[in-house]
Amino acid sequence: MSIHQISVFLENRTGQLAEITKLLSEQNVDIRAISIAETADYGLARMIVDDAQKASAVLLQHGDILSMTPVWVVEVPDRPGGLAELLAALAEYHVDVEYMYSLFVHEDEKAYMVLRISDQEKLVQALQAHSIKLVDEKALGLK
Amino acid sequence: MPNYYQPEIETASYEQIRQWQNERLVKQVQHVWDNVPYYRKKMEEKGVTPADIQSTDDLRKLPFLSKDDLREAYPYGLLGMPLSECVRIHSTSGTTGKRVVAFYTQHDVDLWEDCCARAIVAAGGTKEDVCQVAYGYGLFTGGAGLHGGSHKVGCLTLPMSSGNTDRQLQFMVDLGSTILCCTPSYAAYLAESIHEQGLRDQIKLKAGIFGAEAWSEDMRRDIEDKLGIKAYDIYGLTETSGPGVAYECEAQTGMHINEDHFIAEIIDPDTGEVLPEGSKGELVFTSITKQAFPLLRYRTRDICVLTREKCPCGRTHVKMSKPMGRSDDMLIIRGVNVFPSQIETVLLQQGYPANYQIIVDRVNNSDTFEVMVEMNPEMFSDSLAKIAEAEKTLVAALKAMLGIAAKVKLVAPKSITRSEGKAVRVIDKRKI
Repeated sequence: MSIHQISVFLENRTGQLAEITKLLSEQNVDIRAISIAETADYGLARMIVDDAQKASAVLLQHGDILSMTPVWVVEVPDRPGGLAELLAALAEYHVDVEYMYSLFVHEDEKAYMVLRISDQEKLVQALQAHSIKLVDEKALGLK
Repeated sequence: MPNYYQPEIETASYEQIRQWQNERLVKQVQHVWDNVPYYRKKMEEKGVTPADIQSTDDLRKLPFLSKDDLREAYPYGLLGMPLSECVRIHSTSGTTGKRVVAFYTQHDVDLWEDCCARAIVAAGGTKEDVCQVAYGYGLFTGGAGLHGGSHKVGCLTLPMSSGNTDRQLQFMVDLGSTILCCTPSYAAYLAESIHEQGLRDQIKLKAGIFGAEAWSEDMRRDIEDKLGIKAYDIYGLTETSGPGVAYECEAQTGMHINEDHFIAEIIDPDTGEVLPEGSKGELVFTSITKQAFPLLRYRTRDICVLTREKCPCGRTHVKMSKPMGRSDDMLIIRGVNVFPSQIETVLLQQGYPANYQIIVDRVNNSDTFEVMVEMNPEMFSDSLAKIAEAEKTLVAALKAMLGIAAKVKLVAPKSITRSEGKAVRVIDKRKI
């Protein structure tokens, strides 16, 4: 039940991210979550969008370099300690988190975390054991 | 007689120099004809035989040799002596990674060291001096050439090689080095370090002999001021022996070419036509005394001017200006020859697009060297660690090919400027 994340190569240049987001907005693509990772010379934009296929087609045509990566979205209670509980559960099952970022939601008292992890099977075990909900594309309204 | 190593040669009359050149050229052409089939074939193709070459006036009848010839003839094609008579090689990088290898007999080494000794004595060197050789030792000619020259003069020679700045400074202070030999950029770096560590009062340097890369008059003054020395330029290339083909005297207005060993011509790089004295053009050398690697009319690709104006130092040999540029695309970065095509070869081998840009600059008197490479889908990954790993592999491959470190900068696809469909491969921001 992983979700497609789009990773785009970003040259270290003013306005590059603005260009990409403008392109997506012109095609009515909704960015639901975004995270930037950077080195001194270049960066990566990781995005969850409502229509991954459309977004990647637009970006490829624009000449961008991108890759699709499976990530997982889990529900955490939106209160102090919510994230700590999730990460404790993952640690207990020896799941390594490569990176994570949060996904924008409007519903009350819930937050969603996007995770890139080392071991899918153990992740599912950890979540089940701690009654943490995994969120699928449909629940997020993604195509 | 002050400041001459071989006064009878260095101050010989023009007629005397011409006579040596005529005799040696005739002999050398016969030697090459008899022993270097590669060049003999070139002569035959041009319809020239040794009988056609009676004096330096006939030099223009001979075919040119280029770096391409050296590559094609690699490794033994231009060898003029049996290997059993050769005692050493030196080497420099060639265009597509294939190196240029030059051979030396003991006689060749002796004459080369004489040339370097002339340069050291012209810089005020005597047997009382302590000569710190901080050129690279090894295949590079810099270290070996000045080392040999320093021995001939009788200096106490410190074979430091390049790098390890703390150790350089320690020996400079403890052993009282009086002459420093290295690339101008390393001299500038050492000067900076001496300044920073407040060692100026503890050093005894009086002269520096700096070559293997281009440097400006501003840089000369800067080094001279910081070290309290007189800085002399020296010129040479592996193909003709190494440093010492030409060297500066105290007048500091150009480098005297050792004309008893080399005949210099200036040609139009496009037509190959010999230009009159005082013209700016490509420098061509004919080695008239080398046995093992006797190159005739070797095109250096360096653009400069020759002058026979009387020199206050008393030397009579023709002077060449500092090289003003190149007639090919070779770059000299930190004293090392770099061809853009070498970078292209590495990129293709590593699976990158051959679209790249080289940016060279000089920051604090030291060359910076950056290669901009376009990211491609095959090497892109969601993991920064994987990209960094690929980048590291590329940096290592470039270092292995070029012999110097380049900084790699990954840029977006198709972002490297193309003008009229042709990419601009080199941006050299250095003001020399």
